[in-house]
Amino acid sequence: MALLEVKNLGISFGGLRAVDDLNMSIEEGSLVGLIGPNGAGKTTAFNLLTGVYLPNDGMILLEGKSIVGKKPAEICQAGIARTFQNIRLFSKMSVLDNVKVALHNHVKYNLAFSILHVGSYFKQERRMNEQAAEILKVFELDEYADTLASNLPYGKQRKLEIARALATEPKLLLLDEPAAGMNPNETVELMETIELIRKKFGVTILLIEHDMKLVSGICEYLYVLNFGTELANGAPKEVLNDPKVLTAYLGE
Amino acid sequence: MANKKKLIINGIIAAVVYAAVMILLGQGLLSRQLMSIIVPICVYTMLAVSLCLVVGFLGELSLGHAGFMSVGAYAGALFLIHTQDVLPSIVSLIGGLLAGGCCAAIMGVIIGVPVLRLKGDYLAIVTLGFGEIIKSVINSMTITGGAKGLSKIPLLTTYRSFTVVFVLVLIVIIVVANLVNSRHGRAVMAVRDNYIAAEAVGIPVSRFKTMAFVIAAFLAGMAGVVYAGNIGILKPVQFDYNMSIEILVMVVLGGMGNIRGAIIAAVILTALPEVLRETADYRMLLYAIVLIVLMLFNNSGIKRRIMEKRNMNKSEKAKKEA
Amino acid sequence: MSLFSGILEQLINGLRTGSIYALIALGYTMVYGIAKMINFAHGDIIMVGAYSLYVTTVQLKLHPVIGILLTIAVCAILGITIEKVAYKPLRKAPPLSVLITAIGMSYLLQNLALLIFKATPIPFGSIIKVPSVKIGSINISGITIVTLIVTTISMVALTFFINKTKIGRAMRAVSEDRGAAELMGINVNRTITQTFAIGSALAAVAGILFISQYETLLPTLGALPGIKAFVAAVLGGIGSIPGAMLGGIILGIIESLSKAYISTQLADAIVFGVLVIVLLVKPSGLLGKKKTEKV
Repeated sequence: MALLEVKNLGISFGGLRAVDDLNMSIEEGSLVGLIGPNGAGKTTAFNLLTGVYLPNDGMILLEGKSIVGKKPAEICQAGIARTFQNIRLFSKMSVLDNVKVALHNHVKYNLAFSILHVGSYFKQERRMNEQAAEILKVFELDEYADTLASNLPYGKQRKLEIARALATEPKLLLLDEPAAGMNPNETVELMETIELIRKKFGVTILLIEHDMKLVSGICEYLYVLNFGTELANGAPKEVLNDPKVLTAYLGE
Repeated sequence: MANKKKLIINGIIAAVVYAAVMILLGQGLLSRQLMSIIVPICVYTMLAVSLCLVVGFLGELSLGHAGFMSVGAYAGALFLIHTQDVLPSIVSLIGGLLAGGCCAAIMGVIIGVPVLRLKGDYLAIVTLGFGEIIKSVINSMTITGGAKGLSKIPLLTTYRSFTVVFVLVLIVIIVVANLVNSRHGRAVMAVRDNYIAAEAVGIPVSRFKTMAFVIAAFLAGMAGVVYAGNIGILKPVQFDYNMSIEILVMVVLGGMGNIRGAIIAAVILTALPEVLRETADYRMLLYAIVLIVLMLFNNSGIKRRIMEKRNMNKSEKAKKEA
Repeated sequence: MSLFSGILEQLINGLRTGSIYALIALGYTMVYGIAKMINFAHGDIIMVGAYSLYVTTVQLKLHPVIGILLTIAVCAILGITIEKVAYKPLRKAPPLSVLITAIGMSYLLQNLALLIFKATPIPFGSIIKVPSVKIGSINISGITIVTLIVTTISMVALTFFINKTKIGRAMRAVSEDRGAAELMGINVNRTITQTFAIGSALAAVAGILFISQYETLLPTLGALPGIKAFVAAVLGGIGSIPGAMLGGIILGIIESLSKAYISTQLADAIVFGVLVIVLLVKPSGLLGKKKTEKV
């Protein structure tokens, strides 16, 4: 059974069919890419998978169970985490706190302890600080722990978003254009980071990207979207040489 | 650890304030005028700190805080009146506080659950409407004495019971400060900073909005009971839009998500009008101007440059210490 | 027979109040559509209009027509000034800041009026002296007739203006997509200024009609009608001009019938109830477009 099964997924906005008849099957532990020209519906697909939009048609099965109709918070707790095309950090909170927020559902104590600051509050806060610091270390952000998230340089903000998503202990990680705005060096660093988190966290990854070097460099499988429908899918070598795909990107 | 140090400093400040007031009271060194504003300062501090939770930490504009205060005040006052001969006064007071807080909290749930899922503008208007409606409803109820008001409330929270009142103020401050520095508080602030990202990391936004709103309502209700027990008589017209705005100004002046700022602003804005009686007519006008000017300043280039400088200094200091 | 004529009379009253709400709601909806903010101070511009009419016709003893024109001018200028001073600097600010500023502005207007004119209600006889008309057993007051005529003309004129003139087209463009409008060469600042001017002018007319009906000046007279007009704008679909008109009239009728057959106290609560229900059931209102937030 694949980790994520998507069958005939579709959504319309008014008269526009933004995603139509999308089918995906993502095996556990794999690294899959979702590519396509701008406006193809890739982020919309992510929004469907994470419960931000309710699909008009189709099924989404996570480990065999349907997640259609669940709220984004529930879907996160079920095991899907994501990053955003336009970075969405908690701008007025520190880097460490950004990650601690993501640990909300994993290191718990109830409201009474929150108000009274007794008992398990101290123990759990310490655990949370340690776990968050560990995650930051993986991304080499630990020295920025107390910096305000909005003060980080762009590349590190993107890393923080990924770190935060991983703190939720997801089974499936959705990365929306993680390399956007990065220069070639930063992109190589990102590729290494992604390999590292695959090994360290054992997480399945589905990513949206335009950077073909990254896509062909690390993706094991690709789905190509155009005008909301699937154009092609397969191993990167085949897909990226498929004339249909080249036409979609480059025009006639 | 920095947190322990902060705790000790705050504890010392609280002890000093308490001791100072008690000494001044005990020695009869305070004028009538000054004695009469001790409890109002405490009440407004409780109100400002509780509203700070909603406006500063949750980032939502609630214009009906006086409404929650009035619900708590009336509920608590009725409890106090009907138990004054039956229970010892401290028990009666505790019961009254709980009654007031819970009734206000229930109102918070009734208003919050349908409305908090809406966008900020609409929440502001609905809370404004709530404040007005609650006033009308209390005005037309017989049990609350209607427009004539509720009188002969046992005076259990005057300056003569300063210790009790001070403890209550501390409770409100500690509750909010502790909450903010906890996983629930962080969840609330995450909702404020980016609710879409908050949902994406597993935080049920509606639930936390409601939680912050209801806790703030409970604390405002308690403040209402203290108010009632100090002044002895309640009239619906006391809890009007002007009061909600006054509390908002304290929170904004204190720096939105800043508890200490809210406390200082509450103290100053409650004490000052008493001291500057002649400018009473201009007070509300001044508040309006303060709100506008502060917002313009907060979002201006000047503030941005100040914050940048401050952050640069902070990170340089952190690097040096590292 | 009398129940029927009773209801009819209430409907006509509701139509009158509702059309005033509609005029005010137009200002809210236009500003929201174009500047993407709720101008809380809008309701208080009605109050400024009412007092301006008083100052010009009673204190300065000017001719009523001149008084009306001056009132409209004063309000339009006030609206533009408020925008330039308090809202324009905050165009990129977080919504909470804009909200607080707007609240502050509303409060400022109320307290300025309080300082200048004091809190005692000032009686102000209507300058519109049109005789009432009797149809069957129903008495329709002169002011009702004038209100209905003036508001209808205003709404027709505004619809024509929005749909057929260059400025109107610019307004529609800016409300759809500010960035694109700017790229097309539309002067967005000027369009926003014009929007505030028109909205405030309409509020001035609403203020004149309002005070001619209720004949008592208070610094807070604009607050409640302002809020109700906002509810009307939301009911009709915030951002939609026909929506504001429809919402205003429906809300006026609901309020009238509630006041007559349920209770005056409860009528206000019912109006707010309408707001909550609309926002829960169909947030985009009756005629509004459903907007999905881009994530």
